[in-house]
Amino acid sequence: METKEHIISILVHNKPDVLARIAGALGGKGYNIESLSVNTTTSYEISKIVMTSIGNQTTITKIENQLRRIVDVIGVDDLTNVESINRELILVKLSLTADSRAKIEKAIDTYKWKVIVSANTYLILEITGDKPQIDFAIARLEPLGIADITRTGIVALELEN
Amino acid sequence: MKLKGSQILLKMLELEKVDIIFGYPGGTVLDIYDQLYKNKLKHILVRHEQGAVHAADGYARATGKVGVCLVTSGPGATNTVTGIATANMDSIPLVVFTGQVPTSLIGNDAFQECDITGITRPCTKHNFLVRNIEELASTIKEAFHIARTGRPGPVLVDLPKNVMAAEIDFDPAAIQIRNHEPIHKPAPKKMAQVYEMLSHAKKPLIMTGGGVILGKASSELTELARKYQIPVTGTLMGIGSFPGTDPLWLGMLGMHGTYYANMAVSHCDLLIAVGVRFDDRVTGTIETFAANAQIVQIDIDPSSINKNVVVDLPIIGATKPTLRDMLKFLAEHNYTQQAAERKEWLEQIAGWKEQFPLAYCQNGQIIKPQHVIETLHKVTKGNVIITTEVGQNQMWTAQFFPFDLPNTFITSGGLGTMGYGLPAAIGVKCAFPDKHVIDIAGDGSIQMNIQELATAAQYKINVKIVLLNNGYLGMVRQWQELFYEKRYSHTDMTYAPDFVKLAEAFGIVGLRASKPEEVEPTLLQGLALDRPVLMDFRVSRDECVYPMVGPGSSISEMKLGTREMIN
Repeated sequence: METKEHIISILVHNKPDVLARIAGALGGKGYNIESLSVNTTTSYEISKIVMTSIGNQTTITKIENQLRRIVDVIGVDDLTNVESINRELILVKLSLTADSRAKIEKAIDTYKWKVIVSANTYLILEITGDKPQIDFAIARLEPLGIADITRTGIVALELEN
Repeated sequence: MKLKGSQILLKMLELEKVDIIFGYPGGTVLDIYDQLYKNKLKHILVRHEQGAVHAADGYARATGKVGVCLVTSGPGATNTVTGIATANMDSIPLVVFTGQVPTSLIGNDAFQECDITGITRPCTKHNFLVRNIEELASTIKEAFHIARTGRPGPVLVDLPKNVMAAEIDFDPAAIQIRNHEPIHKPAPKKMAQVYEMLSHAKKPLIMTGGGVILGKASSELTELARKYQIPVTGTLMGIGSFPGTDPLWLGMLGMHGTYYANMAVSHCDLLIAVGVRFDDRVTGTIETFAANAQIVQIDIDPSSINKNVVVDLPIIGATKPTLRDMLKFLAEHNYTQQAAERKEWLEQIAGWKEQFPLAYCQNGQIIKPQHVIETLHKVTKGNVIITTEVGQNQMWTAQFFPFDLPNTFITSGGLGTMGYGLPAAIGVKCAFPDKHVIDIAGDGSIQMNIQELATAAQYKINVKIVLLNNGYLGMVRQWQELFYEKRYSHTDMTYAPDFVKLAEAFGIVGLRASKPEEVEPTLLQGLALDRPVLMDFRVSRDECVYPMVGPGSSISEMKLGTREMIN
C-alpha cells in the first residue's frame, strides 16, 4: 500500500482545547501531524482544521476514525482521494546589500514574486502556491540571503461537493 | 428561580435520576458539600478518591446506569485518574465532578490547583471545564448524555469554586444540548452477506465481548447462538453475556482462555465477533489469529474495526439492533442450518473439551485457589455478583465461576487495575443491597485499596471478600517462573498484615481457612453473616493459571500445566 502525504480537513466546534484534543488523540496513538492550519469558518462557532499526515491508506483511515471519536469533531474528510486544490503561503525577509540588490530585483522580476514591504535594508515577499511551488521558490530564494522566513500549513478545498 | 451553582449541580443530578454518589470533600467543593448537607441525595464517603471512582464504576457496570463521583481539586482530582482510565478502557459510563480553584486563580499555580482536564484528556471520553455559571446546567446535562450514548465512557466535569458560589436563574426546561446519540442504520446488504457466509460455513463461532453487555444485547446474542447452534466464546469483558452453563459456551479465549475455546477460534471458518476490540491478550500473534476464518465484526465504534485484526465484513452499529436485524434477516430468508449440520463441528469441540478440560488438582492439605472459587459457586448457586482484583484471582474467577447473567462479573479488563475489586464491590452492593456481592481478591491487589474496608464498615455495606492469599504477586511470579527462570524478583509478599486482625481493626469480620475441608464452612459462615466479611484463604503458593498462551505465541500454542494438573 502506498505511503504518501494525505491532506485531512476537519470541521470542529470552536471549543476551548479542541486543538489540544486533536493533537493529543493523534500524538497519543503515535501518529504525526506534518502540517497544520486552523481558523474559524464563516461562523465563529465552527473552525476548520487542515492537517497533513504521512501514511498508507490503513493508517490514514485509523487517523480519521480516531478524529471522529472526538466529541467536538463535526466531520472529517481526506482530500487526497478527491479532486482538491491546496496552497501554502510564505513570508520571506531578504536583506538588501550592495551585492544582492541587483540579483534580488532580477529574481523578483523573473518569478513575479509579490513585494509587500520595501525598506532601505530589506524586502518582505509574500508567495503562495502548492507545496512543490513553495519548495521551488525557497530553493531560488536561499542563494539571495534569507534573513527570516515563515511558512503556513497547507490549506485545501475540495473542487466538487 | 435564582439558584447557586452548587444548587444547580444537585438539581441536575436529581433530573438525571442519580440516586447515589461516591465522593470525598475538600476546599474547592465546600459549597457543594454544604448543599449536600441539606439534601436527600445519598453520598458515600470513601477513604481515597480512587475508591470513589471504582465504586461508581462498579455501580455503573452492575446497573447499566451512569456512575457518579465528586472530589476536590488538585490531589483529589489526580487521585481519580487511575479510576477514570480503568473506566475508559472498558467503556464504562461515569460522570466525575472535580472541584477547581476559582477561575481568577486558574493558571496561577494556586493551592490545590491542577489542570485536570489536561491530565484526563487522553483517558476520558470527553471532559469540560465550566468557565461560567451560564454554561453549568447544559454542561452537566451534556456530560451525562455523552457518558451514556454511543460507545459509553467516563466524562469529567471540572467545577471552579466561584462558579459553584455564583447565582443564576435556573430553568430546566430551557436547557439545550447537542445530540450525540448515533442513529441505527439497518444494513440489509451486510445482513445478506452474513447470510451467505453462514450458509457456507461449516465451523462458525461467535465471539462475544463487553459491547454485548454494554449494549444490552445478551438476549439477542443468546438467541442467535441457540437457534442456529453456533458455539460461543467470549473475551474477559464478554463473560456473562452468554450463559456460562450453556453447553454451547466454550469459556474465555486468549492468553488464559480454555484449550477448546482457543482451538475453536484457530479452527473455525467463520468468526462472528460482537462488541469486541481484539485486545492483544485475546488474539496472541495477530497473523495466526482465526487464520482459517472469515471474520464478521459488529461494533458501535468504527475505530475498533480493522484496528488490530483485519476483518472481512465490518458492521458498524450498536450490538442490540444489529443482532436484531440479523435474527430477522436470517428468519425471513429461512436460514435453517441447524443442529444436524453442526454435528461434526460441535463434536470436534467436544473432543477438545474432553481432551483438556479446565482442571486443577485438589489433593493434600493445601487449599487450591480454584477449589475456593468452585466451592463459592456451589454454595451460592451462582446467584451473586462477583468483582475481582487483577491477576491470578481474576483469571481463575473467569475460568472456574460460570456466569449466567450479564452485569454479574465486574472486573477491570483493559487497564487491569489492581485495587479495583473492593471499591467496585462497594458500589455494586449499594445498587443491589439484597444480593451477595463478593470481591474475589489476591493478597497483593487487596492491599492497594484496603482503606475502603472503613467505608464498608461505616455504611454497613455488607460486601464479602474472598481473599486467595498466596503471599505472592501471583501472576507476576508466574511469569517469572515460566519466562524468567524462576528469578522471583520482588514478588514475594509474605510480609503482609494478619488479614483477620486487620478486618477486625476496621470493624468488620475476619475469617480464615487453611485446610481444604475448611473452605466450604468458612464460605457458608461468611456469607451468612449480615456484615462485611473478609475471608482469608491460605492457598497454594505456587499454583499457576493454565492454560497459558506465552507472550508472542499463537493462541493455539498453549502451556497446559503438568498432566497431574490436567487429570
